[in-house]
Amino acid sequence: MKILYFAWLRERVGLAEEEVAPPAEVATVADLARWLAGRDEAHAYAFENAAVVRAALDRRHVKPDASLAGVREVAFFPPMTGG
Amino acid sequence: MFSVRIQEAPFDAAAEVARLAQGRTDVGGIVTFTGLCRADAGADGAGLKALTLEHYPGMAEEEIERHVAEARARWPLLGAIVVHRHGRLVPGDPIVFVATASAHRAAAFAAAEFLMDWLKTSAPFWKKEERADGADAGGWVEAKASDDAAADRWARD
Repeated sequence: MKILYFAWLRERVGLAEEEVAPPAEVATVADLARWLAGRDEAHAYAFENAAVVRAALDRRHVKPDASLAGVREVAFFPPMTGG
Repeated sequence: MFSVRIQEAPFDAAAEVARLAQGRTDVGGIVTFTGLCRADAGADGAGLKALTLEHYPGMAEEEIERHVAEARARWPLLGAIVVHRHGRLVPGDPIVFVATASAHRAAAFAAAEFLMDWLKTSAPFWKKEERADGADAGGWVEAKASDDAAADRWARD
């Protein structure tokens, strides 16, 4: 699946997007954040305060317990500050 | 006329209002809101030099369109235009524009406020600051609890 990062998550990870293939036990958004955090130091830094990180699945806001089944694009970002 | 646009270029508020009224006689009121880049001083008093707005292309449009659809379900709107800019903006630059048209003013006022409140908290945009003194403490603007509270007012079970 494709992972997108925005704002300070993008800066901390050092990538705007990446393609990943998590193992089958990674079933929810929270699982995926934990799995990504374990990849390397940059990812660990990005997800160090996971409670503030928001997510979207296929361009819709979701909660951490949302299922990844059938999802093509996952985005992680801080709380929004537009307007 | 219902339209959502994300663009780097400036917008012309008067031209947008004209588009809402063009060719029709049933519109009784148009409410507009224009948000500007504000140069308020930080804790150091140095002030803001510029803001860079990052967004999630695709989702930004879709998320705002979902809230326009929700506004249409709640109020008898005859039109709505939302324009949100991205890229680097300096104090005084317009950032966001919302206009709502209805037969009567109450629906237009309410829908414009509804759209702005949701735009602040759920449209995927992020602001990064450059301070006038060159200081950069990470730079990303933090979300405000008062904005969440403003959006929550519209929640209904």
